Amino acid sequence: MTKKQKKVLYRIIIALTLLIGLAFAPVEGWVKLVLYLIPYLIIGYDILRKAILGIIHGEVFDENFLMAVATVGAMCLGEYQEGAAVMLFYQIGELFQSYAVGKSRKNITALMDIRPDYANIEVDGRLEQVDPDDVELGSIIVVQPGEKVPLDGVVYEGTSTLNTSALTGESVPRDIQTGDEIISGCVNLSGMIKVRTTKIFEESTVSKILDLVENSSMKKSRSENFITKFARYYTPFVCYAALALALLPPIANMIMGSGGNWGQWISRALTFLVISCPCALVISIPLSFFGGIGGASARGILVKGSTYLEILSQSKYVVFDKTGTLTKGVFQVTEIRPTGISADELLQYAAYVESYSTHPISKSLKDAYGKEIDNTKVVNVEEISGHGVSATVDGHDVHAGNLKLMTQLGIHAVDPEAAGTVIHLAVDKNYRGYILVSDVIKESAAEAIRGLKSAGVKKTIMLTGDSRKVADIVAAKLGLDEVHSELLPGDKVAKIEELLDQKDAKEKLAFVGDGINDAPVLSRADIGIAMGAMGSDAAIEAADIVLMDDDPAKIALAMKISRKTLRIVYQNIVFALAVKLVCLVLGALGIANMWVAIFADVGVMVIAVLNATRALKTKNL
Amino acid sequence: MKKTYKIEVDCAACAAKMEDATNKVDGVDNATISFMTQKMKVEFAEGADVDAVMATVVKACKKVESDCEVFL
Repeated sequence: MTKKQKKVLYRIIIALTLLIGLAFAPVEGWVKLVLYLIPYLIIGYDILRKAILGIIHGEVFDENFLMAVATVGAMCLGEYQEGAAVMLFYQIGELFQSYAVGKSRKNITALMDIRPDYANIEVDGRLEQVDPDDVELGSIIVVQPGEKVPLDGVVYEGTSTLNTSALTGESVPRDIQTGDEIISGCVNLSGMIKVRTTKIFEESTVSKILDLVENSSMKKSRSENFITKFARYYTPFVCYAALALALLPPIANMIMGSGGNWGQWISRALTFLVISCPCALVISIPLSFFGGIGGASARGILVKGSTYLEILSQSKYVVFDKTGTLTKGVFQVTEIRPTGISADELLQYAAYVESYSTHPISKSLKDAYGKEIDNTKVVNVEEISGHGVSATVDGHDVHAGNLKLMTQLGIHAVDPEAAGTVIHLAVDKNYRGYILVSDVIKESAAEAIRGLKSAGVKKTIMLTGDSRKVADIVAAKLGLDEVHSELLPGDKVAKIEELLDQKDAKEKLAFVGDGINDAPVLSRADIGIAMGAMGSDAAIEAADIVLMDDDPAKIALAMKISRKTLRIVYQNIVFALAVKLVCLVLGALGIANMWVAIFADVGVMVIAVLNATRALKTKNL
Repeated sequence: MKKTYKIEVDCAACAAKMEDATNKVDGVDNATISFMTQKMKVEFAEGADVDAVMATVVKACKKVESDCEVFL
């Protein structure tokens, strides 16, 4: 608790004790009033002061005013106990609210506790701690085990494992070695490493993320704006309604010839005022969104504003880019089909014959082989443009290439029905089988599509510049509803616009891309989600939601978080308004008294705030 | 030009009122207050004198919510 909160707490305790004591005191008349005024002023002096200041400044209709009028009114009517109690419970409610908000703010900042406090720089053989802001570009910094990486850079010396969970939500540590890129915000786990910085602190990943998260609550959602506007009209309206309630019925009664019964109607009007305080709504809605955004960022999903959380929850169409989003975007050996020799031998021949090439396909063959290649065994390397390559490996004549090359050699071979590049191999002009190299579908991609479907997404669509054959195979494997292949980058934007036109305005369209070359599409869609943003500035700039790791399954999770947050928001709006409305009617009819009014105000707020804090929890969705 | 200030305000409704008041100050293009992060982000109009504008902003905020604090 802060100092301010503690002070209020003491005031509450003192006032409460006094009130309980007074309830048993056998006093009457003006002595009673004076005695009750003591706890009333102890607990409510600041509210009264603010109400008076508000009136002076022309800001009449706020909650301080409501409370001041209601309690002073009750005092004047001789309802001393009620008057003091309303003020007391109002303060309890305010204290609870400020405590709950402070606590969830702390929780969220703890989740995002990635800000590095210092960087180590070696000066004359000794480590010196400096402010990360002061580290110049290209400096060598030392990161010891247990420390946060303060700036983006490249590992200059040493090997270690990194915990990236603060950034990605991924709990498996990542191995790094000399030459690897390293981003700030990770925690160094095992070994001491030296890092050459490639960015200044302000441009480092950690600064960008912190900036993004801290500003996220500035982009307010429609529901938030609605509530602010609502409160602006609601409070004056209620005040006039209360005034009418206090004046009209007694006047009507007097005209009818019976007694005015002023006391009763004024008392009802005051009850009406206490009930009407809009605090529950005004506080619980931003708190829910803040919780949802905080909870998402703990799982490696950065949401740039509560408005995007709202749009995401309404998304019915999800459009994917293929390469880098649903697939890994790297070529890998996915199938080895030897004929007459072992698979290892076939791969060895392929790796050797391609050893001089720098083509991505050759690289993937060498990666799959994994062993050191003895270059002296490879001679007479000859590239056959558009066909493949030939060489003498270990005294054998090896040809590797496409079907055309095999036909040229007079060898019969057949291309398999598969997505990817096929490399046929002939050793001494005998067919020895083929190796398939293709872009690999991410492990979680199929699960991601299923997850979206179960989250209520109507259509999943894939856009790709890749060939139709490859696109169709990937789409069939993942169970996508629609595929558009062989698109140029400009076509993608056109396609998105076409899709935006076709759908209902209320149904939103989300685009998921890898963020590097999809920037125009990301910004054109209702909501842009960038994948694998670790260190990619373009993605963080262009997208509305950023998934810090490459995992497409996080989209479904983000959607679930957004739905849950919005559900809580609507629950709070409906619950608070419904309870207040019922109590207002009961209050006007004289059925609900001041004590019911206190529940309708403070009780509803406490419940709404507790409900709002649920948004922070993202487990078991 | 944009600047972010730390603020201290106790209730969400008051924050909304401060936001309103700040937006009405001359020299402020757009202002947003996040109650949750207790921050105020002000976009200043071209050629505005930031210090003078912020002094007015603080005054305007104090007027609508006497208990607020803006850390310049």
